[in-house]
Amino acid sequence: MSDIKYILGSFGDPDEMMHGIEKLQENNISIYDVYTPMPIHGIEAKLGIKRSRIDIAAFCFGITGTCCAFALIYFCAVIDWRVNIGGKPSFALPDFIPIMFELTVLFCAFGMVLTYYASTHLFPGRAPRVMDLRATDDRFVIAVDAKDNAAHTVIDGLLKDAGALEVKYNERKYISYE
Amino acid sequence: MSGHNESILREPLITGDNITYAKITDDILMPVENKPNKAWWIGFIVASLGALLWVVAVSYTFWNGIGSWGLNKTVGWAWDITGFVWWVGIGHAGTLISAVLLLFRQNWRNSINRSAEAMTIFAVICAATYVVSHMGRPWLAYWVLPLPNQFGSLWVNFNSPLVWDMFAISTYFSVSLLFWYTGLLPDIATIRDRAVGTRRKIYSIFSFGWSGSVKTWQRFEAVSLILAGISTPLVLSVHTIVSMDFATSVIPGWHTTIFPPYFVAGAIFSGFAMVLTLLLVARKVLGLENYITMFHIESMNKIIILTGSIVGVAYLTEFFIAWYSGSEYEQYAFINRSTGPYWWSYWMMMTCNVISPQLLWFKKIRLSIKATWILSIVVNVGMWFERFVIIVTSLHRDYIPSSWAMFYPTWVDISVFVGSIGLFFTLFLLFLRVLPSIAIAEVKLLLKSASEQAKMKQIKEGHENKEYVAEYIESLEKFDSVKQEDYAKI
Repeated sequence: MSDIKYILGSFGDPDEMMHGIEKLQENNISIYDVYTPMPIHGIEAKLGIKRSRIDIAAFCFGITGTCCAFALIYFCAVIDWRVNIGGKPSFALPDFIPIMFELTVLFCAFGMVLTYYASTHLFPGRAPRVMDLRATDDRFVIAVDAKDNAAHTVIDGLLKDAGALEVKYNERKYISYE
Repeated sequence: MSGHNESILREPLITGDNITYAKITDDILMPVENKPNKAWWIGFIVASLGALLWVVAVSYTFWNGIGSWGLNKTVGWAWDITGFVWWVGIGHAGTLISAVLLLFRQNWRNSINRSAEAMTIFAVICAATYVVSHMGRPWLAYWVLPLPNQFGSLWVNFNSPLVWDMFAISTYFSVSLLFWYTGLLPDIATIRDRAVGTRRKIYSIFSFGWSGSVKTWQRFEAVSLILAGISTPLVLSVHTIVSMDFATSVIPGWHTTIFPPYFVAGAIFSGFAMVLTLLLVARKVLGLENYITMFHIESMNKIIILTGSIVGVAYLTEFFIAWYSGSEYEQYAFINRSTGPYWWSYWMMMTCNVISPQLLWFKKIRLSIKATWILSIVVNVGMWFERFVIIVTSLHRDYIPSSWAMFYPTWVDISVFVGSIGLFFTLFLLFLRVLPSIAIAEVKLLLKSASEQAKMKQIKEGHENKEYVAEYIESLEKFDSVKQEDYAKI
């Protein structure tokens, strides 16, 4: 067999690409991944990708922020050093709310985005793993693992039938490495 | 996006024919991938001279202390806090466009959110520098943080709105930066994949290795939505807390419960005006007429009328309540504002913020780029005077008539302010050169549903209600980027 690792169907239109996914799935050809220049709504359901649970993480981070803020202010203003400000009570909960709110948002935003970066393997300087350089520009690319799916001519035919402008055979998984 | 057509009654968000995904990328990346033109250089030189003035004036302040400003024992806050509130307010439109309009599913935000968010970040930087320089001893700026110290530990006063403000502004800045940068990742990847050599390496580092796979996008959308959800109350809280710096004091003219909503409306008002000031020029110079259309301009003008009117109602309410309260100090503060030695700044504020934006009710003015641009600057002049009026006229005549005083700015006051505008424009012009000024991926989302060519196709298919089509074509008349003759034959 050849050294082909991935077969890429490169589409110029997102609807045709969705059609291509359906065609491949009808023929029991597994799809490795799809690379697009913009989010495609409804593609997760088609590829059987579960709903993201990042909202749960966001909530947990947020509530941690609320608790940290309360703990900090309570410790400083009530336990460690009570300051007499016009004879008012040290434990003035309404005055604590603005900072509790701000830290909730801060923890939630940073926690959630860092979770997102970690789970999607995004970090500064990471080598981009790109199969087709135009997938961030104007092409919608379906990648099929060539080793798992033997019938290359069938895949080629299905992709072209669905409207692929180009079918590529990559001998390296990612073309972006030097 | 897929098969579903949008109602023909909605105006297109992308105009022009033969717009493809590739063309969107090319058009938006034009200023990033090519050498800057003359207009950019002229703007950049002027702006960076301003920024230089800022460096000089701020350094002078740091060296000599805030005695170099025109402050006196009666007026202890003047241009510094005026400038601070002005810049923070301007920053608010960016978050409003990116977060609130996303929650309301307003698709027209897609082509203006990126530059508005950039504007937010630069405006907050300008605001933050005022906070640091007005402290007098900026090397002790960390004293606002609750850090363990050798005074006890004596902590910061958590009941003080100034401490809340420190938390609010720093959270606002960092969350806005995070929101902006996460949204930029796919677009930086687009630049990366089109570049070669060192350029590719640099953009590769900043793209965080973005690939555009299904899961990346799916989580990206979830993250954007949640960030929008938490940024919306955040943006409201920030200006609320800024207003509490005044409202929780006992100074007549400051001590009012109307401040939080009134400040938030004013912030949105001035922020949208600044977005228009910047984008009307950027659109022309960068040739982005097809993406930032007359519909976008008109929509922003409508928001300006709304928020300007809210601000107007707030001014009147404030005045009424001062009279109705029966408190003579409160009454005097307001009579002094409008008829005292600073009457001209009060009426400048009233004219620029309440009267002139009402001109936007006229469709002709709303759709005139020149008039809109001039009004957008007038609004920001008015909003600067609003803060000046609130701060200086409330302070300059205090309880003891013997200590009444006037405020006169020194050259340092003026230079810090003019310089901060230079700093803002320098940062914005650099942004236009190195990063896409429009969110490429988000605009691509609109191509198949909300573009002029998609609607044209819908009309040609002939399934649309004739009246609706006529109405749609009529709505296109305001667009300067639509060729009317294409519709003459339909």
